[in-house]
Amino acid sequence: MTPACLGRRPVWEGNFLKSFILRRVLQAVPLLFFISLVSFALIKLAPGDPVLSFVTPNMGAEDVERIRQSLGLDKPVYIQYFLWLKNVLTGDFGYSLINHRPVLTMIAERIPATIGLMGTALVLSLIITVPLSMYAGSRKNRPVDRLLSLFSYIGISIPSFWFGILLIFWFSFKLHWLPSMGMRTVGSNSAWDIMKHGILPVMVLSFINISMYMRYIRSSTISEMEEDYVQIQYAYGSTRNTILWRHVFRNVLLPVVTILGMSLPELIAGAFITESVFSWPGMGSLGITSVSGLDYPVIMGITMLTSVMLVIGNLTADILYGVVDPRIKTAG
Amino acid sequence: MNSLRWRAMVGQFKHQKTGVAALIVLAVFILAAIFAFLAPYDPNRIVVMDRLQGPSSAHWFGTDDYGRDYFARALYGGRVSLSVGFLSMMISVALGTAVGTVSGYFGGKIDNILMRLVDVLMSIPSFFLMLILNAYLRPGIGTIVFIIGILSWMSISRIVRAETLSVKQREYVLYAKVSGQSTFGIIMKHIIPSIMPTIIVSASMNIASSILMESSLSFLGLGIKQPNSSWGSMLNDAQGFISDAPYMAIFPGLFILLTVLSFNFLGDIFRVAFEPKASKR
Repeated sequence: MTPACLGRRPVWEGNFLKSFILRRVLQAVPLLFFISLVSFALIKLAPGDPVLSFVTPNMGAEDVERIRQSLGLDKPVYIQYFLWLKNVLTGDFGYSLINHRPVLTMIAERIPATIGLMGTALVLSLIITVPLSMYAGSRKNRPVDRLLSLFSYIGISIPSFWFGILLIFWFSFKLHWLPSMGMRTVGSNSAWDIMKHGILPVMVLSFINISMYMRYIRSSTISEMEEDYVQIQYAYGSTRNTILWRHVFRNVLLPVVTILGMSLPELIAGAFITESVFSWPGMGSLGITSVSGLDYPVIMGITMLTSVMLVIGNLTADILYGVVDPRIKTAG
Repeated sequence: MNSLRWRAMVGQFKHQKTGVAALIVLAVFILAAIFAFLAPYDPNRIVVMDRLQGPSSAHWFGTDDYGRDYFARALYGGRVSLSVGFLSMMISVALGTAVGTVSGYFGGKIDNILMRLVDVLMSIPSFFLMLILNAYLRPGIGTIVFIIGILSWMSISRIVRAETLSVKQREYVLYAKVSGQSTFGIIMKHIIPSIMPTIIVSASMNIASSILMESSLSFLGLGIKQPNSSWGSMLNDAQGFISDAPYMAIFPGLFILLTVLSFNFLGDIFRVAFEPKASKR
């Protein structure tokens, strides 16, 4: 570090950040356009005629034709696309083919359960992972580190549904401590009841999260520990723990930003498999039911929503990265 | 692969016992899958009298809810799980390598178009896309292989592209270009061999995730269907009998875990052996 950079102005005072953010946002626009094309194609390519779900046996051919016209299906495909896009942009995702309710309402009902579940798992995982993997990374290749590495290998390799089944077997069937499915006991409305239902799915999600995050944070800790500033602190006589928690910690927060960006879409999309193992009434199980029932409008709604969240998540992570780490601002 | 790399890899295996263990586990599972026909029972023979018997000397892994021998079913299930994992890995590695090398070698507009395509595909949650495609297509093992293969090549293509960008600047590639070799020849004879290590690492990791994907799809009842079975679909059956027959859930899950774990271990060992820089991490 040269003395000159000690006196530099923070990035956000310049125009760097503004143009950086603008550039990233502009890059996301064509991406969103293509995502909308794919979502539209998913509906168009779906097997079966969408009109048939509105047809009752006593309708004549003209009635069917009238429905076709009212759905706009007699127009050329590109017109259909724009009509569809207009509806989607105004929040009209159509109606479920199965229970004929608005897709947006169905999704909105599921989101709180999913955010609650995924959010708890995310916060818990970060609280556990950050100190644990920094500890492991600062003691590279020692027994602690090897043990935690093995744990993380198992976490990324274990089928989540199997881990869920094992937990249900042990905690619900053997010990009778925790409920095995759903979010509420019938008739009960307490917060404690919901928490009890959430413990097992949160355990599954957190175990997998922790194993994935650990690899990022551990390797980032290891490379930080090799930096000059760490050596200088050692030379000043600081202990390893002081260096780790006072100096390395702040730099290790960078990969945490990436993790948060990656997890944003999950927060809304939910976990398809874990939610379905525990019958958690969130977005993930809505996704599974809509696919099994070939409920195209719901499938399209979920695809659109989760993909847009994914783009926003990446964008947020990029921008936050630029804010937290001034070195990024010129690159990319 | 040159001898230097080979020696680095052997050295890495000597250094890490887990690598040897992974190789042994995989060898056992692959042999078991190949020689599944030697199983003492027919995996589909239904004996209602013997239903839900625990593991014994007659039925090593017990029997399932139809009285079928669970050991034989696990062997045949492993055959399906491993083949689906391997075949879909071949598809994604082929696609990923093709897109990655073409994109990296030609650059410019082609690169731009291909990489935006990758961006779009990576923006849609791939597991959900698999579920959707699976619902649209005819069910079957071929469909599963196709779906997993065609939706998991994107990250490989990004890695391959990055490697190609650096390899195409090397002197021997420039030399081949000057001496008039065709573009296809340069990619096949010079670029792909030099990025082979990266491809092998990706392939190993990809097989692990493909096996997990297949088992998840089958577990949800949307993948491999009766009378075929894979480890994942066996877990789907087992879910209904957790309290009566926990062994039905334990065996297939343990096999998936061990297989995926071994491929992940191998992937990491290859990575460390091929990139001296990574060994520091």
